Amino acid sequence: MSSITAAATSAPGRFGERGYGGRYVPESLIPACQAVAEAFAEAWADPGFRGNLAALLSAYAGRPTPLTPALRLSAELGVTVLLKREDLTHTGSHKINNVLGQALLARRMGRTRLIAETGAGMHGVATATAGALLGLPVKVFMGERDIERQAHNVFRMRLLGAEVVSVTAGSRTLKDATSEAMRHWVTDADEAYYCVGSVIGPHPYPTMVREFQRVIGDEARRQCAADLPSAVPDYVVACVGGGSNAAGTFAGFVDTSAQLIGVEAAGGSGASHGAIGVLHGFRSLFLQDEHGQIQEAHSIAAGLDYPGVGPEHAYLRDLGRARYVTVADDEAIAAAVRLARAEGILPAIESAHALAWVLRAAGTSELPAGSTVLVTLSGRGDKDITTLIEEAQL
Amino acid sequence: MTKLLMPYLTGGVAPGWTAYLRAFEDAGADQIELGLPFSDPTVDGPTIQEASDAALTRGATPASILDDLAQARTSVPIIASTYANLALRKGFGEALTAAGVTGLIVPDLPLDEVDQLQVPGIAVSLLASPATPDDRLAEIGRRSQGFVYAVSIMGTTGERDRLAPSAATLAARLKQVTDLPVLIGFGISSPAQAAEAASVADGVIVGAAVMRRVLDGAGPTEVGAFVGSLRAALDVR
Ligand SMILES: Cc1ncc(COP(=O)(O)O)c(C=O)c1O
Repeated sequence: MSSITAAATSAPGRFGERGYGGRYVPESLIPACQAVAEAFAEAWADPGFRGNLAALLSAYAGRPTPLTPALRLSAELGVTVLLKREDLTHTGSHKINNVLGQALLARRMGRTRLIAETGAGMHGVATATAGALLGLPVKVFMGERDIERQAHNVFRMRLLGAEVVSVTAGSRTLKDATSEAMRHWVTDADEAYYCVGSVIGPHPYPTMVREFQRVIGDEARRQCAADLPSAVPDYVVACVGGGSNAAGTFAGFVDTSAQLIGVEAAGGSGASHGAIGVLHGFRSLFLQDEHGQIQEAHSIAAGLDYPGVGPEHAYLRDLGRARYVTVADDEAIAAAVRLARAEGILPAIESAHALAWVLRAAGTSELPAGSTVLVTLSGRGDKDITTLIEEAQL
Repeated sequence: MTKLLMPYLTGGVAPGWTAYLRAFEDAGADQIELGLPFSDPTVDGPTIQEASDAALTRGATPASILDDLAQARTSVPIIASTYANLALRKGFGEALTAAGVTGLIVPDLPLDEVDQLQVPGIAVSLLASPATPDDRLAEIGRRSQGFVYAVSIMGTTGERDRLAPSAATLAARLKQVTDLPVLIGFGISSPAQAAEAASVADGVIVGAAVMRRVLDGAGPTEVGAFVGSLRAALDVR
């Protein structure tokens, strides 16, 4: 845990005493990061920018998303399950919330093209979509292995006019796609805007992406206040890859009594099993060996196949404000099938991790009978049909 | 003043790798940049990525590389270079000192984060980029130790057909704000480019061009001859 030296905690973009976050980038990217930080601070304080974003989120992306009571599942489990339906947004996942914000910011900054990394392809599709909408060319970096297992999304990106660059280094998944996007960003830092897909990366990305995703938690908070006698659920659960849908969901409830649960893939459990380290521009918790080499993650969910976790999650974990648990591949597949059959909703395998924890914990001391639990369904499962055909054995 | 030549080598890249250090020394290297390979080298292009992978696949660790180095007893100063995740680990500074390393470069630890390094007695050299604004460049000049690493181009390490014009501009700007030697690195691929860079800077760092030869199977004598050709180009005045 403490195999690494301490960081100053007063600097901007730091979370907590251990100094998670920061800006560990080559000197060549410092001006670009500073420009994004300044532009975001100005834009976020500008009612005009917020108004434009709110208008796009509703008229284009379909917000607010419903809070759906999972009636049959609730009856079976003995806990009240409410689903925050990010799967119903345009493009089919929460990634669009962040991308519309960043794409508007890129345009405001006068940037002429977008670059992005993607794992499951949902962030890539969302970025390709925003690029088409705003007339910005898009280049998406994606691991070769993810290109194979998320072929459907690769085609969607190309259909939308984006260029998909196959990354063949290392584990050929999200970690390596992110490294390659950062390498490319250096070469085009004046013109291109790097649209990071989760609450990771150098400052200001972890904070900015959380702010763009907090619409999930803010809406859910209002919806819970209207729908629930207790106004606040007892548990708030979301899956964690880099941690953006969880960060956005938690942001709406961090000041309540709700217990916050982040669900990681068993093979990509940075928050649960990582040690403090630095990668991709930020200090946080990463799976690594005893020498400090980053380990490859292994998850059936490409979007959770990342060895680290966003810095704010590391901080929430240290504080004890959020708890991080893991779910194995087969539990996630089973949860996806169960939700499809019980409620007629096919979740992304990423999102199914959050639900799988609820299925496992319901009725135990971890999630006692009679509790109310909000689960963020971060995306829909259409992209995962090929994986489900192979794995679900129906 | 003679120009400084600092070839780079990825530690542990091949069995008997320290023989390259001796060959570089014999060929007239003033210092050697010794890469301690990291799993995710985000500042490196394909050649040094491949070299890092090769070393890690062979089982090289920072400790094993520093052990090999200590036994090699080279007399040329060794400057370690690695990534923040390895450089910030407890005991890293002591391990460098014990192996006789005198300097350190950490490309993903910029000015604002560099205070976190705990490497007493080791000269930490900072990198400056063509994108660095003037006030920051002056601060880099003040805070850097040993030399300042002028990154020639907005990009990663890797061979290039020609020296980017941004290299000369940056070197000239740096010379105005520091008395430390200014070394140009990233992309220098040939003796002619080395000479061109050294006409505006105090010397050059040559990485990918060396490592491509190593990866292609050239032994210490052959790669040493390449380093010698760089030396000769720098010494023509
Ligand atoms: C549907 C879905 N959920 C979750 C994630 C994980 O990302 P994050 O943890 O940033 O929400 C992804 C990432 O690709 C995704 O596509």
